[in-house]
Amino acid sequence: MRYLPKSPVERQDMLAAIGAKSIDELFESIPERYRLREALKLPGPLSETEVIEFFKARAAENSGGYTSFLGAGVYSHLRSVITDAIIQRGEFLTSYTPYQAEITQGTLQAIFEFQTLMCQLTGQEVANASMYDGSTATTEAVLMAERLTGRQRVLVARSVHPEYRDVLKTYAKNSGLHVEEIPYAADGTLDQKALQAALKDDVAAVVVQSPNFFGVIEPVAGLSNTAHTTGALLVVAVAEGVSLGIVKPPAEADIVAMEAQSFGLAPSYGGPFAGVVASRDKFVRQMPGRLAGQTTDSEGQRGFVLTLATREQHIRREKATSNICTNQALCALAATVHLTLLGKEGLREMAHQNLSKAQFALSELVKIPGVRRAFDAPFFNEFTIELPRSVKLVNAYMLREKIIGPFVLGTAYPELTKHALVCVTETTSRAEIERFAAALRRALEQPL
Amino acid sequence: MNVSRQRCAAPWSNPSRVEIRVVGAQSRKAREAPTANQSNMNSKIKKAGTHTNQSEGLIFEKSSPGKRAFELPPLDVPAADPAKALGASHRSEGVEGFPEVSEIEVMRHFTRLSTWNYAIDLGMYPLGSCTMKYNPRVNEFVARLDGIATEHPYQPQELSQGCLKILQLLEKCLLEITGMDSVTLQPAAGAQGELTGLLLIRAYHEKNGNPRRKVLIPDSAHGTNPATAVIAGYEVENIKSESHGQIDVEKLRDLVTEDVAALMITNPSTLGIFEERIPEITEILHAKGALLYMDGANMNALTGVTRPGDLGVDVMHLNLHKTFSTPHGGGGPGAGPVAMKKILEPFRPVPILVEKEGGRLALDQMRPDSIGRVKAFSGNFGVLVRALAYILAYGPGVRQATEDAVLNANYIRKHLEGVFDLPYSLPSMHEVVFSDAIQKKNGVNTMDIAKRLIDYGFHPYTTAFPLIVPGALMIEPTESESREECDLFIDAMRSIAEEAATNPELVKTAPHTTRVRRLDEVGAARKPILRWKPESPRSKAAD
Repeated sequence: MRYLPKSPVERQDMLAAIGAKSIDELFESIPERYRLREALKLPGPLSETEVIEFFKARAAENSGGYTSFLGAGVYSHLRSVITDAIIQRGEFLTSYTPYQAEITQGTLQAIFEFQTLMCQLTGQEVANASMYDGSTATTEAVLMAERLTGRQRVLVARSVHPEYRDVLKTYAKNSGLHVEEIPYAADGTLDQKALQAALKDDVAAVVVQSPNFFGVIEPVAGLSNTAHTTGALLVVAVAEGVSLGIVKPPAEADIVAMEAQSFGLAPSYGGPFAGVVASRDKFVRQMPGRLAGQTTDSEGQRGFVLTLATREQHIRREKATSNICTNQALCALAATVHLTLLGKEGLREMAHQNLSKAQFALSELVKIPGVRRAFDAPFFNEFTIELPRSVKLVNAYMLREKIIGPFVLGTAYPELTKHALVCVTETTSRAEIERFAAALRRALEQPL
Repeated sequence: MNVSRQRCAAPWSNPSRVEIRVVGAQSRKAREAPTANQSNMNSKIKKAGTHTNQSEGLIFEKSSPGKRAFELPPLDVPAADPAKALGASHRSEGVEGFPEVSEIEVMRHFTRLSTWNYAIDLGMYPLGSCTMKYNPRVNEFVARLDGIATEHPYQPQELSQGCLKILQLLEKCLLEITGMDSVTLQPAAGAQGELTGLLLIRAYHEKNGNPRRKVLIPDSAHGTNPATAVIAGYEVENIKSESHGQIDVEKLRDLVTEDVAALMITNPSTLGIFEERIPEITEILHAKGALLYMDGANMNALTGVTRPGDLGVDVMHLNLHKTFSTPHGGGGPGAGPVAMKKILEPFRPVPILVEKEGGRLALDQMRPDSIGRVKAFSGNFGVLVRALAYILAYGPGVRQATEDAVLNANYIRKHLEGVFDLPYSLPSMHEVVFSDAIQKKNGVNTMDIAKRLIDYGFHPYTTAFPLIVPGALMIEPTESESREECDLFIDAMRSIAEEAATNPELVKTAPHTTRVRRLDEVGAARKPILRWKPESPRSKAAD
């Protein structure tokens, strides 16, 4: 087997050195009746060439040749070839969690840079590296708010990503948290009257997403003031990080939970991505996850170490701030490289292109009879339209034209079966937007 | 290790502009002291030598306005007016402090950083419990294919049959390997797998009328076990190991009541020892309606040889980034599938992969008894792809990997026994745990030995874990090491043991050959500096 560096003779020699007659002797602590007598029924072995052929065949059974208008938490963005070239360097790819600081300064410094970039983007003072994804980052942010306030009621906007809310509910169920949902207003933002009515002095956190699941931007500063009137913390989830290149950062939030997928990570059928929790310095000792800190060595040179480990499970066991151990370090590195490549101007330009394409797409779509914009609040690269008929039917038609239509909001919001969440990014060409508009027009002209 | 660097202007320019500087003359002064490299580099160090590596500051310190490393294609629609489109939400300035550098600077920055890391691709990584094995590059290649990396989790399922077939085949393989009835691929890492497993157990007990109150955890367990039990709403009761480091079955008998939801074991234990009395343990638990959870961190000792399902385990997680070779990446991403017996199947997290008539695959979101969703979308798909590529490469031959892993651990044990104290003498499987008891007499502890190992060209083993061994040296070579590499490791460990006896200071002040020396961790925690700020003084390294 090509991955195993031993010849049969070497194996025999090693057994002899140990003083064992056969390899089976080394497995004698496993009771005889539990030892497998036959080989496992697994496909293979496959040569490298065959492995590639297998996966190419699977790839061909997917969506090649289709144009997609899906976003809803996973976004297609331009990615430089540099990012993959760097994260595939063995020194990054095949390195362990940097507990041994002297021989992992590369990873540690990159993490420190990641933390810095995340702070700069979100307007927060401290950021961790990293959580599994945006959904678990949001959940951990809420659990952090619970620890900080000692309160157990959580008000979550219904316009937060439905899967983020689901994950929060799974974790909350057994930690004594009571999760209540706050409806959205006519313009797509959080219903502030409903929030006021639900907000009491037992609320740990108010949770919104911005841009929210309908694509619209929440008034974070105002929500922060409202939450603080009763001592609640404001948690802001950011699912589309590129928005922060042109949209004001959620600096007034107490905790930001971000999905970093948009920063150089492929959609990859939903993962691996990277979540981030960012917050205020004063809350750092309640943060979950890894943190790299700057320090000096015995000769006074600058270096980096994992720090504040007394929050973590390997030190604190049942008293840890989270059970997270392995996180998404390589994804965080990819985001660091990607954002460094984009830089200040590149990120701004990318964000501006998204905004421009979305504005253009909306203007093209609302020209179609019966199509109207559903929510009026400002949006970034996603917006909601209302169609005169079921989105599911329309999407089924468009598939015939090799278009993967927008996200069907009815799957998560029963009251919105005629509403579609359209996403366009800098990767969507004008021609594709025009083809989509034309296909939608034809779909709506089909007899029912 | 003083490095001279010439910064030369172009040959046709004024020769007086040629500067020759000694880099880091101040900061490295200590290295010119009597303990110069030569004396630290024991002649027995065969695997490693020293060589120059590049200095590099933080990327923010290289930034200069107007530089760019990436250009976008021109905008092909009318440019939006952001102030008009976004109103009060418009961020009118670029992100303050964001780097402005060129492409070559980005490439060099991260390449230089990478050279400061140790990695499996460089050599043996004997980290006990972490299973740092070779990460085949073909796995990286297939995970990046068009049609794999490009797929959106919400695209129609009829256009995702390739992705779903990958998930289905991986599920089948993991069921065959574990001997369980059902599996979920959703959890993003081992700790999330543990949580998923405990939530399944909780849902099962709840369905039977009582979620129960306690989870029993041996004192040798990974820290994630107790931390996870708390999130699942359980009280943790620790069980002391018996004198051989195994679960104290008699004590267990007393502890298991109808209030106990489960026992979480690691098998082989974190001592690398198979829990021989597992059939009895299972009986004791099941007699009271409690379930057996197995932390699969050490599955590399069992794959193809025995199956947890056959041993009576009710639910377990696998770390695909350990046993199934997906790269550790400096701390993830991983994946922590959870395999279970039939009784727990109804509670699996959504989405659930189902095969419909005609063989069409689909993801089912609606399950009334499900514990819910543990992660957005469909697990860490890209990691799952890599794990399947690994399994396909081996096929049934995966048993050979297990045998080689156990062979390597025993070979190392044989050659280091006596040189290092072996606190538990039961047979080792894939890893062996020594203690620093012998070296302690000269004031040298496990961390010192580990740090000295760096000078010998190895990554340290796991130090000070498991907690039941004071001063533990936990060594897991994996199957990826040749006899030659094992021999070099054995020589290095023996040589360090000798140094600990004859020149303990040398060991206690190690490493001597790294870019940075031992770092001030206490200072880092006392006054945390967790991000770069423009006003911070420019570092010496950057100059």
